[in-house]
Formats: sequence, C-alpha cells, structure tokens
Amino acid sequence: MAAPKIDMGRYRRRIGRNRMYMTLSLVATAIGLTWLTLILGTLVINGFAGLGSHVFTEMTPPPGAEGGLANAIVGSLIMTGLAVVIGTPIGTLAGTYMAEYGRYDRLTPVIRFINDILLSAPSIVIGLFIYEVVVTRMGHFSGLAGALALAVIVMPVVVRTTEDMLLLVPNTLREAAAALGTPTWHIIGKVAYRAARTGIVTGVLLAVARISGETAPLLFTALNNQFWSTSLNAPMPSLPVVIFQFAVSPYENWRELAWTGALLITFAVLTLSILARVLSSKSGGER
Amino acid sequence: MASNLGVAASAARTTSESAEKISVRDLSFFYGESKALKNISLPLYERTVTAFIGPSGCGKSTLLRCLNRMYELYPKQRAEGQVLLDNENILDSKQDLNLLRAKVGMVFQKPTPFPMTIYDNIAFGVKLYENLSRAELNERVESSLRRAALWDEVKDKLNASGLSLSGGQQQRLCIARTIAVRPEVILFDEPCSALDPISTSKIEELIDELKDQYTIAIVTHNMQQAARVSEFTAFMYLGELIEFDRTEKIFTTPSVKKTEEYVTGRFG
Repeated sequence: MAAPKIDMGRYRRRIGRNRMYMTLSLVATAIGLTWLTLILGTLVINGFAGLGSHVFTEMTPPPGAEGGLANAIVGSLIMTGLAVVIGTPIGTLAGTYMAEYGRYDRLTPVIRFINDILLSAPSIVIGLFIYEVVVTRMGHFSGLAGALALAVIVMPVVVRTTEDMLLLVPNTLREAAAALGTPTWHIIGKVAYRAARTGIVTGVLLAVARISGETAPLLFTALNNQFWSTSLNAPMPSLPVVIFQFAVSPYENWRELAWTGALLITFAVLTLSILARVLSSKSGGER
Repeated sequence: MASNLGVAASAARTTSESAEKISVRDLSFFYGESKALKNISLPLYERTVTAFIGPSGCGKSTLLRCLNRMYELYPKQRAEGQVLLDNENILDSKQDLNLLRAKVGMVFQKPTPFPMTIYDNIAFGVKLYENLSRAELNERVESSLRRAALWDEVKDKLNASGLSLSGGQQQRLCIARTIAVRPEVILFDEPCSALDPISTSKIEELIDELKDQYTIAIVTHNMQQAARVSEFTAFMYLGELIEFDRTEKIFTTPSVKKTEEYVTGRFG
C-alpha cells in the first residue's frame, strides 16, 4: 500500500486560516471585555468616592445639601420584594401548568408564544400599561403601582424558566414516581420540583437582577419621593429613578450620589448573577 | 397465533400449583394510528418469573407498560382488550391508576433514584398509602433495603443523596423502593441493561429471591438472562406473541420455527 500523499500547501493554508480566525475571535473578545472593564472601572472610581455609611442612613438631599440614598434603597427593596412575591407564584404555577398538566395541550404553545412576547416587551410599555390601569384609577402614583409594573416583568421570566427547568426533568423520573402509585400533584410537588428546584430559583434570581435596574416602568408608576416613605399607597423612591433624576442634574452632590447608587445596583446585580451561576452549576453536578 | 392459547393452557396444567395472577386477553395497543401489539393473550402465574424476549421494537416493553397502564402518562396511546389482575379488568376506565400502580410495581431500564436521601427514596412510596410510626417506617426502610441486598452498603449513609450511589446500587435502591410499598406484581423493564456484569448478577439473584413472594415479569434483551431467571418465556416478534411456554422448552425445543431461529441467534 502506498502512503497517502500529503499536500503540504493545503495543510499550511488550513493552519493559516486557523490562526486568522483565532486572532479575530480574540480581538472580538478583547473589545467586549474592554467596554465592560471601562464601565466597571468608571463606576468604581466615581461611585466609590461617595460611598460611606451616610449613603445607607440619610435621605436623598435637596440640591447642594448633604444626604444619602436610604429612602431610595429601601424603596427599591420594598418594590422589588413585592414584585417577586406577586410574580413568582403566578409565574411558577403557569410554568408548571405548561410543563406538567398541559404539556400536550394545544393551548400550551399559544401561552408560550404570548409569554415570549411579554418577555421581550419594552419595559416602558409595561410602565404605561400600569399607569393606565392602576395609577389613573387610584388617582396618584404609588409604590404599589411600581411593584405591580415590576411584577409584570418578573412573571414571564419565571414562567419561562419554570417551564424550561421542569421540561429538563427526565420523564423516567416521573414514570418512576407514577409506578409507585403517586398522584400527579405529588409527582410534581415532591419529585419534579425537587429535581428542578435550583433551576427555578436561578430563574427567580435572574428576574430580580433584571428588575432591580429597571427605571422606565417606575417612572410612571412609583414616580419618586425625596422623603422616607414605606407606604405602598404613596409615591415611592427607588435607586434607578433617583439615579436617573440625579445624574442629569447640574448639582455636584446629586451627581456624586447617582454614581454611588449606580455602583450599588451594579454590584447587587453582579452578586445575584454570580449566586445564580453558582446555584445552577451545583445542580448540574448533581445529575 | 391460534396455537398460543393451547400452548399456554398446557403450560398452565403443568404448573397447577400456581394460579394465574394476571391474564392478558386479546390485548392490542396503539401508538396513535400504529398498532404496536396485536391481539396478545398470555398468563402470568403467581410467584413465578415470566420473561418477555424478542428483537427491539417487538412490543415487549409496550406489553409490560400495559400491565400497570404506564402508557396513560402520554397522549395518543391506548390499549384494547383485557388485562385481568385477580380477575378484575385493569384496563377498565373505572380502575384507579394510583391504586393499580401501588399493586403492580415497576423497575426501569435506567436507575431512577429520586433527588432525595436514600432513606426518603424508600419512605416516599410507603408514606403515600400508609400512616406508619417513625419506628415502623424505619423498620420498613431497613427490611426493604435488606431484601434488595443493599442494606450493608448504605446503612451508615441513609441520609446521603440517592444520586451518590453507583449505578448498580441505584438500581437496587429502585428495587427496594418498589418492594417497600408491598406490591403484588413487579415488572422489570430491562433492569440490567445499564449495569456491569457483577451488578447484573446481583440483580438476577435478587429476582430469584423475590419470586417466592411476588409475581414477576421481566423484559430482557439478554437471552441467557431470560434462561437464568425465568420459569416461563414469551417470545414476541413485530407486536405478536409468537410462542409462550416454559422457559426450558422455549430454549431447547421450541414449537415454532421463528422462536428457534431467534433463540439460536439466527436473527434478531
């Protein structure tokens, strides 16, 4: 048998092409990372200067005075928390219907399609919607309206992740549970949820990360409040709206607080994302 | 095959000591439009191991899944005919599926431990139907694990995840889980196809021990396994039951040419 003839020219061209694509990929990665580093760097440099205990204890100040972000931080926590409390149960139950009870239902693909539209709806549209149905009826802006707008953003994210995570649970596991005479709701509650738990929690965390930076849906719903207010029936301050208002102002102290607020949000979201990553990688290792 | 019933009847006479626990009568099964089982009739005798053999796609797993109506989990699958369990037709729409499956347990091809502790894997099914005290439950978990020959390997780590066990241990855990609910019939769907030879022989020994108490049906691709563990063998081909008889007869002097060709490895 004759040894196969190797065309060295062809081989070298392939090596060359490999080098070219490798370089292009590296350049693209570098460009992406550069912007991220610049953004984070700017945030840290400008935001860190204003960081101190007063940020967490004092109210948002009038122009030129000393102050912090306490009311905005608390307002954000209240509205985000309430949005999760409202959106998570509805989202998980809907996702459960789609993945379990209604998996073979003709309605399910329709719900999924509509949910995907909601998922990608511009958040300002959701803000306007809540403005129309809640704010105009109540006659004033309120923390409740803000939380509802955020809940509408949370829901489709949770629906989608819950469905996806439950669909990842192998059918063999459901069959094994059914083979013991387990009722359907028990199969879902005790076996499927348990197997999909970390994935569903990850989805909720990502939804929290998503809404904690939302400004647009809060502008027409919760508005803002420069004083301490925990009443859901009154306008409520939030970090993103305060940042928006302060950052475009001509006052030096406001702009500094805006940077600090941006830094806080960014790191809160970063922490949540990392937590979500850690959780989901753990569940991957279990199986 | 018209001769099947006659063969089955004569086989039954030779084992008059055990009664028919399950009688499959004129059973057909459909996946949507396609007919996967064609008018199957055969008995499963009490406290006896019956093996279903045949090439892939012959319908042996489908037949097994009719015996606990596992197919009901999926749309567009339906069975026609009768499956009598203690003379009650379990295909009847009035049959409660959960109670049926508590009586007819199933062990699957791939080990399927639940994502919970070893203890909870066993206790899970027991708690569905029985209200036991802590001590009674502990006792049940231990006896089930002992029966499945797993106790010595896991007694010190009952709170470890069921997923932390090896494949063979997981499969024995699934068997322990099945016998913990005290079924009357156990269905094995290729229980060893994902296991190494040592685990396989352990499971086979186990099946041999379990038959003094349970009626057992096992689907297997491995003909030696069928010959080793079963008293009766059903040979299926393309959705039809070709021959049903005592295992030694099927493997030595089968009545049908097709069976002989299959067990001697000439096709399939």
